[in-house]
Amino acid sequence: MNNTDRGIVKCELELLVNGKRQPVVIRSADTLLRVLREQLGLTGAKAGCENGDCGACTVIVSGTAVKSCLMLAIEARGSRITTIEGLEDAPIQQAFIDHFAFQCGFCTSGFIMNCQALIDRHPDANEAVITEWLRSNICRCTSYEEIRKAIHAVIDRE
Amino acid sequence: MISFDFEYFKPATVEEAVRAFWQAEARGKAPIYYGGGTEIITMARLDQLRPGAVIDIKGLPECNDMRFRGEQLAIGAARTLTDVEETPLFPLLADTVRDVADHTNRNKITVGGNLCGRFFYREVLLPFLLVDSLVVLAGPKGMRTVPVHQVLNGAPSLARGELLVQVLSDRRYFGLPYVTVKKTKMERIDYPLVRIAALRTEQGIRMAFSGVSDIPFRSLRIEAILNDATLSLAERIDRVIATWPVPILNDIIGSAAYRAFVLRNTLRDTMTALERRSL
Repeated sequence: MNNTDRGIVKCELELLVNGKRQPVVIRSADTLLRVLREQLGLTGAKAGCENGDCGACTVIVSGTAVKSCLMLAIEARGSRITTIEGLEDAPIQQAFIDHFAFQCGFCTSGFIMNCQALIDRHPDANEAVITEWLRSNICRCTSYEEIRKAIHAVIDRE
Repeated sequence: MISFDFEYFKPATVEEAVRAFWQAEARGKAPIYYGGGTEIITMARLDQLRPGAVIDIKGLPECNDMRFRGEQLAIGAARTLTDVEETPLFPLLADTVRDVADHTNRNKITVGGNLCGRFFYREVLLPFLLVDSLVVLAGPKGMRTVPVHQVLNGAPSLARGELLVQVLSDRRYFGLPYVTVKKTKMERIDYPLVRIAALRTEQGIRMAFSGVSDIPFRSLRIEAILNDATLSLAERIDRVIATWPVPILNDIIGSAAYRAFVLRNTLRDTMTALERRSL
């Protein structure tokens, strides 16, 4: 906590994003989504609804899937942030390609990050768990079945 | 994007949190305690809420508790709904939070935020009402422990600046038969048209509601009707709906008549399921 009775309105800090310490200057009111996109140029997390509904902005924060539109950047101090740009040839990425698990692609990075968190957390996830996790994201092109197949392709292989 | 600035505090102790609140209050900052922040960010983005200071409670040890102390389970206000779901120490609570919002949002929504929030569904409250939980509150005069019914049944009535620290629940209720059911208009993750949590105790069936009206609540008068063995189940349900204590919501999610229809069916299913189950 500050030594003064004033809180932080604006500050310079380092965020650990995709394994790199990234200096940023933020307002306390800045969401993680805005800082990732506008200061760090990581535009894989999409600004869809910015209301926590669509999941297009999903990133992984210290192992947990989070909608970055509903997290202040300042809350992410000291956490490990992984965005779609931080995945390198992850099996789920190839599985999305193999199973045509997207059409327009706007929701894809959010879906992939949620799927990656799911696979990390539940490498043997059953159908009920997969269904539950997939409810967090919306694909208006309705690629849900293909996305489900992509998850199964990774889980069944592993 | 949130179009205005606010001060951010992350205190390490409950005392610091309360002090930060009152210091910010004295400076006219309209401070607010911040748990998961989902509701605060959503409302601030829409300019429906303009705190000048937020006090993040996730660093407070007491707010991160989730363990038994003797016969009481303490759940800290900063615990996420995912924590409660994945460590189902209180099964009725775990099953109730399982269909609040969606999984990713449950990673962020906290118990305290849901209990004290402005979105009136506050579904996490229902299990705590059914087991007569206690809430630990912190204010400038120190801590106090009061029944959840006193400050959260219906509209929240915490004193200005009081921080919800923990909820304490007696484990003797945890093995009793229960039903928790949420009826939505379309998607399962939508807000409830009708949410009922019910518990069968030796004294009778207890029931709490969300979604039907603009407050979540438990009513002893409704329970007395539901447990009146002189009436048939249909008569009991008719009487409950006819004497519903607050207006039934009539909005875009469902008309009042449709909500009453769903309530009637859900009450029947819930009562039938619980009356079948032995203690």
